[in-house]
Amino acid sequence: MDKQISYERYHRQLILKDFGEAAQQKLLQTKVLVIGAGGLGCPALQYLTAAGVGTIGIADDDIVSLSNLHRQVLYGVNDIGKAKAETATIKLKQLNPEINFHIHHFRITNDNAVEIIKQYEIIIDGSDNFATRYLVNDACVLLDKTLVYGAVSQYEGQVAVFNHKSHSDSPAVNYRDLFPVPPGKNEILNCAEAGVLGVLPGIIGSMMANETIKLITGTGKPLVNSLLTYDSRNNQLFEIELLPKQETRSLIPADIETFNNNNYEELCAADSSFEIDTAIFSELLESENIIVVDVREKDEVPLVNEFAHVKIPLSRLTEFTGEFKAETIVLFCQSGKRSLQGAKQLSAVLDKDQKIFSLKDGIVKWKQQKQQV
Amino acid sequence: MAINIVIFGSLTDITGSTLQLENIADTNALVSELNNRYPVLVNSKFMIAVNKKMIDTNTPLNNNDTIALLPPFSGG
Repeated sequence: MDKQISYERYHRQLILKDFGEAAQQKLLQTKVLVIGAGGLGCPALQYLTAAGVGTIGIADDDIVSLSNLHRQVLYGVNDIGKAKAETATIKLKQLNPEINFHIHHFRITNDNAVEIIKQYEIIIDGSDNFATRYLVNDACVLLDKTLVYGAVSQYEGQVAVFNHKSHSDSPAVNYRDLFPVPPGKNEILNCAEAGVLGVLPGIIGSMMANETIKLITGTGKPLVNSLLTYDSRNNQLFEIELLPKQETRSLIPADIETFNNNNYEELCAADSSFEIDTAIFSELLESENIIVVDVREKDEVPLVNEFAHVKIPLSRLTEFTGEFKAETIVLFCQSGKRSLQGAKQLSAVLDKDQKIFSLKDGIVKWKQQKQQV
Repeated sequence: MAINIVIFGSLTDITGSTLQLENIADTNALVSELNNRYPVLVNSKFMIAVNKKMIDTNTPLNNNDTIALLPPFSGG
């Protein structure tokens, strides 16, 4: 049965052409989870609360600090040191007491992600790190949830709607179709290191709320399978049509159990956590319960006959994950680049107790050093 | 034959925000040309779009095509 709508509160949107009472009812009956109550989460939460989304979950384990206030506009100086999820809820209840809020005052990890995400229909990712972004993406694919994505970097922002099954038969794109594996820690700076102007997450977070409202009510054309970039310096908008890729599914855990065992923090760890030098490599070759994999294409030279190994080219590595039952898996290639990429791919899908390494600087260097010894 | 390249995010620190290149046959040739000009780029991950459509295989380029290079953003 339809719930009672406050006509006065929602009057200005109820009178909108193509919106009306039916759209308002849909908002009221939808459950939305906002991950991260920070720069993107604050404006998204404010507009979703104001618009009358019936149930809103807020997931954040952080506390308010002074350096947040220039962009996280829900908080004030009196909130410094307080939990964001709780403080945001108090403020948002003042804005609209009719909304049902759920506070999740902890970090979304693979231990709790499935339990939380399955309670909602649309997930908004306003997190500030790659570990959470890949984790949330994978969970949404496994649980079949629409993901409203937004991210900022210095003066630029990105918005997209992922994993949304629209009426057309076109397959849904997810984050890994764009960026299959996370960048190394040193490759991309976050807001704390690179800086951000407060208005930008305000704009991008508001766009995320707008996309969410469009998805729920069926108005307009949401950014389904499409990525919009916005440059706040010159107001340039650039929209890119996205494509699903076949190999993406092999990067996402096959089922919820595999997902729960996945270590996303490690997946986004620095390259150095996978790389081993020639000396350690030689030592590992002597150990038991190890599998060594040459990820070069077949026929690449130099040939390796100094130790036992299997040959699986990088492009086909994830097809063979079932074969990697050893405690330690060591990959090598010519220069150490492909094997590093392979190590990251495997760490996303294999058991987290398995150790995965890549021979730094490749087999050519190892052979040279072996000759010198 | 000239192509226009639009660069986003942190990649602009390496390449600047726009580039125009001549005689580039396809996207693979473009990536190796960029890696030659900007060796630091080899370590960067980015998605490539040709005329506002993401590509996932080597794609031939034509005169006046616009190619976008997009790195991942994580900030929130």
